[in-house]
Amino acid sequence: MIQHPGILALLVASGIVSLLLAAAGWQGFRILRGWDLRSGSEVQLDLERRTYLVSTLVANALLIQILSLFLFIFTADGLHTQFVGAMCAAGSLAVNGYGYPTLLVKVATCLLAGVWLVLHRADTQGYDYPLIRPKYLLLLVLVPLVLTETWLQLSYLTGLKADVMTSCCGSLFGQGRQGFAAELAGLPPRIMQPVFGGTFGALLLAGFALLRFRRGAGLFSALSLAFLLVAVAALISFFCLYIYELPTHHCPFCLLQREYGWVGYPLYATLLGGAIAGLGVGVLAPFRRQESLAGVVPAMQARLAWTTLVLAALFTLIVGVWMALSPLRL
Amino acid sequence: MRPPLQRYRNILDFALSSLLRRKGRNLALLSVYALVVFVIASLVFFVQALKHEARELLVQAPDMVVQRLVAGRHDPMPLAQAEAIRAIRGVAEVQPRLWGYYYDPVYGGNLTVMATEDADLAPDAIWIGAGVARTMRVKESDMVPLRGYDGQSTLFSIQKVLAESSELVSADLVLMAPKDVRALFHFPENLATDLAVQAGNPRELPTIAAKIVELYPDSRPILKAELLRTYEAVFDWRGGLMVVVLASAVLSFIIFAWDKATGLSAEERKEIGVLKSLGWESADVLLLKFWEGTVISVTAYLSGVLLAYAHVFFFSASLFEHALKGWSVLFPRYRLVPALDGYQLTVLFFLTVLPYTAATLVPSWRAATVDPDAAMRS
Amino acid sequence: MIELAQVVKTYEAGLATPFTAVDGVTLSIPAARLTVFKGPSGSGKTTLLTLIGCMARPTSGRIHLHGLAADALPHLDATEALEITSLPERFLTAIRRRTFGFIFQQFNLVRGISVLENVLLPTYPTGEDPRAVEARAVARLESLGLARHLRASVDRLSGGEAQRVAIARALINDPAVIIADEPTAHLDSRLSEDFMGLMSQFKEAGKTLLITSHDPIVYDSELADRVVEMRDGRVVSEA
Repeated sequence: MIQHPGILALLVASGIVSLLLAAAGWQGFRILRGWDLRSGSEVQLDLERRTYLVSTLVANALLIQILSLFLFIFTADGLHTQFVGAMCAAGSLAVNGYGYPTLLVKVATCLLAGVWLVLHRADTQGYDYPLIRPKYLLLLVLVPLVLTETWLQLSYLTGLKADVMTSCCGSLFGQGRQGFAAELAGLPPRIMQPVFGGTFGALLLAGFALLRFRRGAGLFSALSLAFLLVAVAALISFFCLYIYELPTHHCPFCLLQREYGWVGYPLYATLLGGAIAGLGVGVLAPFRRQESLAGVVPAMQARLAWTTLVLAALFTLIVGVWMALSPLRL
Repeated sequence: MRPPLQRYRNILDFALSSLLRRKGRNLALLSVYALVVFVIASLVFFVQALKHEARELLVQAPDMVVQRLVAGRHDPMPLAQAEAIRAIRGVAEVQPRLWGYYYDPVYGGNLTVMATEDADLAPDAIWIGAGVARTMRVKESDMVPLRGYDGQSTLFSIQKVLAESSELVSADLVLMAPKDVRALFHFPENLATDLAVQAGNPRELPTIAAKIVELYPDSRPILKAELLRTYEAVFDWRGGLMVVVLASAVLSFIIFAWDKATGLSAEERKEIGVLKSLGWESADVLLLKFWEGTVISVTAYLSGVLLAYAHVFFFSASLFEHALKGWSVLFPRYRLVPALDGYQLTVLFFLTVLPYTAATLVPSWRAATVDPDAAMRS
Repeated sequence: MIELAQVVKTYEAGLATPFTAVDGVTLSIPAARLTVFKGPSGSGKTTLLTLIGCMARPTSGRIHLHGLAADALPHLDATEALEITSLPERFLTAIRRRTFGFIFQQFNLVRGISVLENVLLPTYPTGEDPRAVEARAVARLESLGLARHLRASVDRLSGGEAQRVAIARALINDPAVIIADEPTAHLDSRLSEDFMGLMSQFKEAGKTLLITSHDPIVYDSELADRVVEMRDGRVVSEA
């Protein structure tokens, strides 16, 4: 394994996140098992105190996980010089079979943890802990996911070996190995452009329907997830070409570098935030009829829907402006 | 729906006043915390700066150096090979290099003697690096004897001492005319030490290297890119090694922090009980503890980083340079160029603030869930 | 008014045998009146007050608030009774902050900060406009004769002054119910009479008062409308 402070930092972070969430999961399990709101026994009071611990642990874990997502990409990018043929993070991640899966599972845990926090917020507004069960059940799904991600990341990082000189062979690495494709395939712009536009438009319409008529929360939620996927595909397929001003450079990671104004950060942040908010809308929908939440859920859904729409619009605005100002013409 | 912002400010104010009321304890914690950040930051900055230097250095290096191997060891190569290599497609230039190591028994240092065709070099004169001048205690226009392999000493006059700003490359360098190099080392006329090769298109280097090896199976082409990778890997490895060693220090710090946070004095417990009886709920006390932790972390992080910056870039990391730079008699004196970026600072944050925060989570929660009626029972 | 039905509070954690502080208390506390709780120490009066004042949850039994903090829950209106026994801490605390003001036997002022800051403490989590709140606090402190001590540290106050700061703090959110635990324990007769004078002002303002006391100045006072005697966690007599 390459000894590198960034790698150590990632290992420390994933270790901590796993620990926090495993502890949270254990507490959640105990809470689910012994919960009885009507009882005033000390056991119940203790369980109620523990709900604060769980939410603190999950909130901290989410924060660390988001930071570690960006650190992971950055470290992979920084390491690319150690591998022949790798031009950026895209290449480093392809060095062994664990790189991309780690990235995907990391993103999934961020999304799930964000959704959990949305559920938690709704739960605290209700006067009878209305969402205790769904919340802690979701937590029991999140914990194995995080443990899997830790294991994947560990496998990836320990499987990295730098292509350094040995005393006799010198430079002949490059011959035996194919260069890593820094250009990811990407779907043709002719298809992606209308797909992106269509998804964005559908999202706006569903949002309007939700905010004005209070209907279609599930559809809106599904569309916001679709928007995340379509937007990333569109980024790889044609948006980033305008940013790099090169018709063949499809890399989704180079956007995060200084030369492109770090534009990757706001873009990915808006997509992540919008997805979490949109998924939150859908996750809350089954509970809006519950008595203690009747006043709470619609208001929260409205706020979350607004957040999703604003962030999606921001994303589109940023790429749109960049496209308009870029000298590239496809 | 409480207006959130004012609440955060209020509780932050109280957190600050709370920290100041317990100066002794918090100062102790802060010092240890800042020390840990300082040590790790110094390491990270130093490794980063060294890598940066290596990269800068190698900018001037030739794209590829071709050496000849005999029984796995480096041996001089026939000049004729340079011609054949020049003929390979894609090669822009081939420059035979003549250099070697000269061991000075008096001062115990290894000098790198290199041939230069520079027109300014006077006959029987040499140019030396600043490190050589220091070690041998000589200066311009002094005379220096160098002893050849035939046992004879030759006197050279020092025409010029190379600028200090180039020390990183030239500290142990002695430049002389090619005929003097050959005389000193008894180097045959038809051989060169190695060849410096420049390619027209750097992307073709691996192909060119393959062709060279095909042409002369006993040759070893070394690409600049490989050198860079190797240097970076070594620095990373050394830096990582030290971080692992320091891990035990960080661990002790974590335990210390956890202990400090868990040991709620009776007075603190009472105070939190009072706050809760006044209408603060657990979430408010958790926020209070969060603010306290944040203020301490931010202060320790900033102080540690600033001190480390000064340590590495003004004092050249005097505390650990030996472990990291390696061992040598002739050390170049150089000022490390400050090379900081957000990535390093984030890595530092992960290695110090995160473990501290994680360690204090459960103790903070325990403090926050103190029962309000503890205030009634005095 | 406040209604208690078969309220029990048992402590088990960390004890060899469970200790029942309050053992099946059924009681009705009238609004806008002074109710005094009398009894030896260990009789459960302090625990009962923490239960009434939303500071702790009963192990079993029910507590209802009538006409107090009725808008705490969205589905209730002013006429319905509010049951506080199963509410999450967040709601309980919100109700307590608005409805109940506590004056502790030991005053429990936070040392090292000023008188004004102490009085403002209960308002920090609400995030109210700081200037409005400070104005209220200053007005209250002035009405209690403490205007001179606004920025003074609480460490320098006399017993009577400290108690008045505690009173000001209890009143900062203008609660409907004031609960005082052995308020005259550290005061001489004159200060005790002053205290009762203050209580009479609050009662006239329509506040409900609950006081525990060993002191005849309190329980034999004309101001007291009800005297509840407790022993071993049960109500022995009501007068």
